[in-house]
Amino acid sequence: MRAIGIILAGGNNYRMRELSQKRAVCAMPIAGSYRSIDFALSNMSNSHIKKVAVFTQYNARSLNEHLSSSKWWDFGRKQGGLVVFTPAVTSENSFWYRGTADAIAQNLAFLKDSHEPYVVISSGDCIYKMDFNKVLEYHISHKADITVVCKDLEAEYNVDRYGILKMNEERRIEEFEEKPVIARTNTISCGIYVVRRRQLIEMIEKGAEEDRFDFVKDILIRYKGMKRIFGYKLKDYWSNIATVEDYFNTNMDFLKQETSDFFFRQYPDIYSKVDDLPPAKYNYGAHIKNSLISSGCIINGTVEDSVIFKKSFIGNNCYIKNSIILNDVYIGDNTHIENCIVESRDTIRANSYHKGEDGIKIVIEKNDRYVI
Amino acid sequence: MIKKEMIAMLLAGGQGSRLGVLTSKVAKPAVAFGGKYRIIDFPLSNCINSGVDTVGVLTQYQPLRLNTHIGIGIPWDLDRNIGGVTVLPPYEKSNNSEWYTGTANAIYQNFDYMDSFNPDYVLILGGDHIYKMDYDVMLECHRAKNADVTIAVMPVPIEEAKRFGVMITDGDKRITDFEEKPENPRSNLASMGIYIFNWATLKEALLNNADLPNLDFGKHVIPYCHKKDASLYAYEFNGYWKDVGTLESYWEANMELIDIVPEFNLYEEYWKIYTKSEILPPQYIADNTWVEKCIIGEGTRVYGKVYNSVIGCGVTIGKDCIVRDSIIMNNVDIGAGCELYKAIVAENVVVGADVKLGIGDEVANETDPHIYSSGIVTIGEKSTVPAGVTVGKNTVIFGITDLSDYPDNLLPSGKSLIKAGGEV
Repeated sequence: MRAIGIILAGGNNYRMRELSQKRAVCAMPIAGSYRSIDFALSNMSNSHIKKVAVFTQYNARSLNEHLSSSKWWDFGRKQGGLVVFTPAVTSENSFWYRGTADAIAQNLAFLKDSHEPYVVISSGDCIYKMDFNKVLEYHISHKADITVVCKDLEAEYNVDRYGILKMNEERRIEEFEEKPVIARTNTISCGIYVVRRRQLIEMIEKGAEEDRFDFVKDILIRYKGMKRIFGYKLKDYWSNIATVEDYFNTNMDFLKQETSDFFFRQYPDIYSKVDDLPPAKYNYGAHIKNSLISSGCIINGTVEDSVIFKKSFIGNNCYIKNSIILNDVYIGDNTHIENCIVESRDTIRANSYHKGEDGIKIVIEKNDRYVI
Repeated sequence: MIKKEMIAMLLAGGQGSRLGVLTSKVAKPAVAFGGKYRIIDFPLSNCINSGVDTVGVLTQYQPLRLNTHIGIGIPWDLDRNIGGVTVLPPYEKSNNSEWYTGTANAIYQNFDYMDSFNPDYVLILGGDHIYKMDYDVMLECHRAKNADVTIAVMPVPIEEAKRFGVMITDGDKRITDFEEKPENPRSNLASMGIYIFNWATLKEALLNNADLPNLDFGKHVIPYCHKKDASLYAYEFNGYWKDVGTLESYWEANMELIDIVPEFNLYEEYWKIYTKSEILPPQYIADNTWVEKCIIGEGTRVYGKVYNSVIGCGVTIGKDCIVRDSIIMNNVDIGAGCELYKAIVAENVVVGADVKLGIGDEVANETDPHIYSSGIVTIGEKSTVPAGVTVGKNTVIFGITDLSDYPDNLLPSGKSLIKAGGEV
């Protein structure tokens, strides 16, 4: 494909509450065995993008570990490959990334040294599957300067934390508002863009001169009258995990056969780092209903309507309902967990009781694990 | 200069004919085991966990699955600049082109491969056992005894010793004599087919015996070394070591994995077993199901009831099924309402709805009573079983079968249904 990829994996997000203390949102575990950045990375790999840069700055340890080898997404290549850019002190600059555009500006050499004519930009916290070749085709046939992938959300969905856009009949974007007080349409920007590389360099350089740091505010919105910015409608599944509720619901979506078929049984696949875990094991007393169980788990209790991530242990006589248990959690016997997200690597003592009464409860207990 | 202290040569060319249709399209080391693994994963993982990063895998019989599984060795971290894993099939030579005619003959034909690493020691392994073993400890023992050859041995009950090559040792574990499958064994130390040779010793033995037909380690090379007064030592291994050479032992070894605390534990942090995982997503267990005492691989969907079974990756088990005491390999599709009792279902099999496997009395198999025994139903890879049929015990099905192959919708116990063109 004649494009390079950029994944914006920068930010923290207070709406993720305690979950973001441990990791960047892009490294959030999804659907039992993935992390959210796997979706953007796999889409780029499956679209035959050969060279991808990930921009990250907030609490990147978990993300860096996940990206320690690029071979899982087939980016372990001599030509191109995967690079991770964290902020660095240089002779010209000693700032953190002050925004998405600033992140690109600080690494402009990456864009300048490439020869591919187009750039695909995606945020790393979206769960979706798409062929960027189709967007690029659309971009070229509409003679667009920038193409924004957008999606119509259902009318009852609260869209006020997204970028809202309005297109005219030839799909050119007329209005673009970031997090509006009152949204006038239900078409939101998916945080996925295609832009010509030279065009992007020009706009980013201009923005940097004027101390403008945000890609949406200072480029998309500012240039919307001047440049030809088009919308490309995404019809398939798309979800953004910016809040705890969204994160919870996105994971629960994978219990539906339709979503699970779309991501796991239809071409192309989503890739992730392989963990070398044994198959999940169910002992006497295991009773599972409508749940996803990942490899390496050992289950002795009851699990209903839940997503259990990798390598978790669930003790005898436990009752887990409508919950998400993240990686490597140990749950002692006789424990009741309902409407909760249990943070990874946690140890829940026997006979505990956790229930989210109004909304999702995040369980973080920093108990020591007893190793026999 | 290239130099490796110890390299491993893994013999993976055998058919393993006692596994019946399971090995009619794949070599035995490539047969699936334990839900997501293949048998060769165990020796390969042992190699990398022991610090042996140069492994030659000798293939001959049906190598396609093995080749794709091993690739460049990424899952085992055996993708190296120097060394790593190399698949070594037999090849044509300017004179005397031949297949691998014996274990040592296969090693001899890859003399140049071994020599290129300039090793001090060569480790010879088989590809058909389930075990965890630190070859580095064995090497330490080899060095401490100043041995020329060290043979890994395992104490077995004396009445079983006659099935093995038996080593007779002195108090210092020096091998004084050995017997191949003796009537009255003088020792209970069975050879595991794992050898460490000093490269100089192996080189000399291979070159001097190159012309012997079907050159074999147990029959020729070890006796030759013994005759030459080389110092042969036994290294006693006391861990789990399971031969999976017959359908019965294969079934048993799989079932041992699902004990509450299995003797062979895959869940240990230390000494992981690696494999190539193609399927990543978690497994889905639907409503109205029951899963009890089983292990299930990635991406499998269970809509029925599963007891006491080993289920691979990407399997679908339909609504109202009952799967009991069975082994189901990757990407199998079991239709709704099926009942499986003690069945081994190989990869990519499609079983139609309401099929019942393993029903009826035990009758010895008509064609291969020694292979298809113990009441096991065996279905070869890529086979199809039509909806509504009932299949007895000690049976085998291989190929695309339809209702006309099952008079009265029945395949009675002891029957073999092998159709040509099992391949799609």
